[in-house]
Amino acid sequence: MANFDIIFLGGGPAGYVGAIRASQLGQTVAVIEREGLGGTCVLWGCIPAKALLESSHIANRLKHAAEFGVRVGNITLDYGVAMKRSREVSTKNSRGVEFLFKKNKVTWIKGTGVLGAGKSVKVTTADGKSEMHTATKALVIGTGSRVRGLPQAGLELNKTTVISSDEALVLEKAPTSLAIVGAGAVGCEFADVFSAFGTKVTLIEVMPRILPLEDEDASAEVARAFKKRGIEVLAAAKLSGTKVGKDRVTMTIEVGGERKELVADMVLVATGRAANVENIGLKDVGVQLDDRGFIKVGDTLETTAKGIYAIGDVAGPPMLAHKGEREGIVVAEIIAGAHYHPINYGNIPNCTYCYPEVASIGLTEAQCKEKKLDYKVGKFPFSANGRARTSGETEGFVKIIRDAKYGEILGAHIVGPHATELIHELLVARQNEFTVEEIDLAIHAHPTLSEAIGEAVLDSMGKMIHA
Amino acid sequence: MATKVFMEALSPTMEEGRLVKWNKNEGDAVKSGDVLAEVETDKAVMELVARGDGVLRKQLVAEGTTAPVGSLVGVIGTEGEDISALLGVSQPALATTSPGVTRHSEPTTPPAPAPTNTGSSKSSPLARRLARDSGLDLAAMAGSGPGGRIIKRDIEAAMASGGASAVTSVIGHRSSVIADFTDQPLTLIRKTIARRLAESIGPIPTFYLTAEFDMTRAVDMRASMLEEGEEFRVSVNDVILKATATALASHPEVNAHWLGDKIRFFNRVHLGMAVATEDGLIVPVIFDADQKGLRDLAAESKALAKKARARKLKPEEYTGSTFSVSNLGMMQIEQFTAIINPPECGILAIGALEDKPVVVDGELSVRKRLRVTMSCDHRVIDGAIGARFLQDLRRMIENPLMLVF
Repeated sequence: MANFDIIFLGGGPAGYVGAIRASQLGQTVAVIEREGLGGTCVLWGCIPAKALLESSHIANRLKHAAEFGVRVGNITLDYGVAMKRSREVSTKNSRGVEFLFKKNKVTWIKGTGVLGAGKSVKVTTADGKSEMHTATKALVIGTGSRVRGLPQAGLELNKTTVISSDEALVLEKAPTSLAIVGAGAVGCEFADVFSAFGTKVTLIEVMPRILPLEDEDASAEVARAFKKRGIEVLAAAKLSGTKVGKDRVTMTIEVGGERKELVADMVLVATGRAANVENIGLKDVGVQLDDRGFIKVGDTLETTAKGIYAIGDVAGPPMLAHKGEREGIVVAEIIAGAHYHPINYGNIPNCTYCYPEVASIGLTEAQCKEKKLDYKVGKFPFSANGRARTSGETEGFVKIIRDAKYGEILGAHIVGPHATELIHELLVARQNEFTVEEIDLAIHAHPTLSEAIGEAVLDSMGKMIHA
Repeated sequence: MATKVFMEALSPTMEEGRLVKWNKNEGDAVKSGDVLAEVETDKAVMELVARGDGVLRKQLVAEGTTAPVGSLVGVIGTEGEDISALLGVSQPALATTSPGVTRHSEPTTPPAPAPTNTGSSKSSPLARRLARDSGLDLAAMAGSGPGGRIIKRDIEAAMASGGASAVTSVIGHRSSVIADFTDQPLTLIRKTIARRLAESIGPIPTFYLTAEFDMTRAVDMRASMLEEGEEFRVSVNDVILKATATALASHPEVNAHWLGDKIRFFNRVHLGMAVATEDGLIVPVIFDADQKGLRDLAAESKALAKKARARKLKPEEYTGSTFSVSNLGMMQIEQFTAIINPPECGILAIGALEDKPVVVDGELSVRKRLRVTMSCDHRVIDGAIGARFLQDLRRMIENPLMLVF
């Protein structure tokens, strides 16, 4: 039994960052986490997936090594080795968070927590012991989300032939064939990884295009690159029948007015995640859910129960680590009574780390049309960018959508090498309400990929130089 | 490790303090929190407290001497510690940064969610572009971005709000408002009124509204209460304070602070009452006056006046008022105008209770009458708005049973 100013339930990116910030603000803080620190991001998401994508990137690059005057011998691919490296990176990152907790005097209570009356939490530890802890100021729920199957299409996760990203991250070897259902960020990233390791990948998306949340141009660019690398892309595809066998799955797919039979060793379901709201006593303490199953929170991230807050995936989309981290910081500042800035939910970047990478902020062109905004588009292809040519990575573009009258950046979409890094110039600009003119006035170094941003900006003003 | 003793800012407006009396002599042991000395500020005699443990090694200011805020007045150290270095060096630290100084700059408000914009206006490029087209003057606007930066939403808010409608909306929302106050960025019309009227009459463009209230019922009420016993004694002034507070609660548009770049409308009523002391005027505050019954209010006003005359008011007891009342009736002043206590926007000047011939229902009769003059800051309060407040106040005072409602 111990008292803390603030108790965080869940040690993912939202909870652990919030805990550190709260401690910096002089609060006594505990984090209840049953698994390792870092949550899905560090253990089962961002970090291990990006480690695997680095393997696939090297594999893809090596295929072109000879063009660069570098002749390599027979390339052999071993997913098991890539997977083990990815686990090591993940473990190292989790240890890093443990170190940060020690440094910042945040207590990690290892176990499963259930909320009780008076901001108390009953924790069951790994060895089955039960302890009570109480938060004097606030309880923060950051229990995150989990993978889920698609039972309505006959795809209940069985962890052998119907798997989720959780299982894909620990496969000993790449399957011969893989069907991926859902072509959002997760689906596209695993399509990239397994295709590089020699798997025959079929990417199936019910929406009219892959990466349906991104700008149409971005979806088309990635689809083109995927097809070139031998990934079969089936968009606007409907699953009409599924037969899950012991070592294979047979699916009937309706696409383009035709019915198609697809047999694969495995199906990876990547159609979304479920919020972890069960078995933590939410109802008993008066924490209500919204109609989509997320915890209902107000502007200050407080739930319907006084003194209980929710952050990260469990508090609603976008389910992104960096959104959760920011909510963690802000909730810590709110609870500690410190000065804080409200979260700008309209300027959170979306990043997909397949090759070519996709990164975006703000509105897509379709959304601008729908809102009947008066906008102008500027677009610059990496094929016309010197730095991209030197590295032989000329797929993709920078697309900037600006307000026609005032030059406000309404949206920005980058597809191409290092897109997820490049987007931040535009992110900072947009956060500070710089218009396209200020971006143009900033002298971009030559030769860099960032020049493509300067050129796209110029194009939006009708004065592009290099294309 | 020696601790420097500074002249601290013991009141929000204090610039220097007179060291009235040292409570500790050189060589006395002191603990953190001990009262080292009594210091006379611009408002009251306050206690200067030790910020460290040890021995008071040195008194650097003699009793009766005045020292500026932030200057070194003493040193606390261990016995035998060499403090010569401290004595030789003038210290740059200002009292505002010295540890443990409690400031009461805004005792009625929670930590501000966003700093306000002062001086030259910082603004985003997009905001500047939008402002250029809309004709807004950025210099007169408040920013809600980091460090008070004017950003797009501030421009949109300024363009969306029209003068009168903005005030109405504040009143309209009052019942559901939980916050202590509502900040209203200046609208164009408000800004123009403020600038032009200030040019005409001085920094606070004041106008005056005078009304004569019939006090017969209030006086009767007071008398019948007194019949029940001495413990029910309240003064006419208490009745006026109570009525004013009650009326203010439903008129946030006059219960406000002018903050230069915005107007802060208060949802709580903290009533300042001017008290004359031998040293001059001071205005202690009855916090949440509208929430208090007549008896509590009477007791508090009495206690505050007593403390004020004894110069024992603490800074938090005379800062944070949202509206003030000044009464010279007991000195047989029939009518006068009071000067607004900024950033407040209004003050009521209460004259003497007089027997006057008045025509009531076509018949001449003698009634108890009282003249009240409200000084209004025209940047915030327009004539009709002030008049509406006085109308409500008249209803409360002329029919004091309304106070029970």
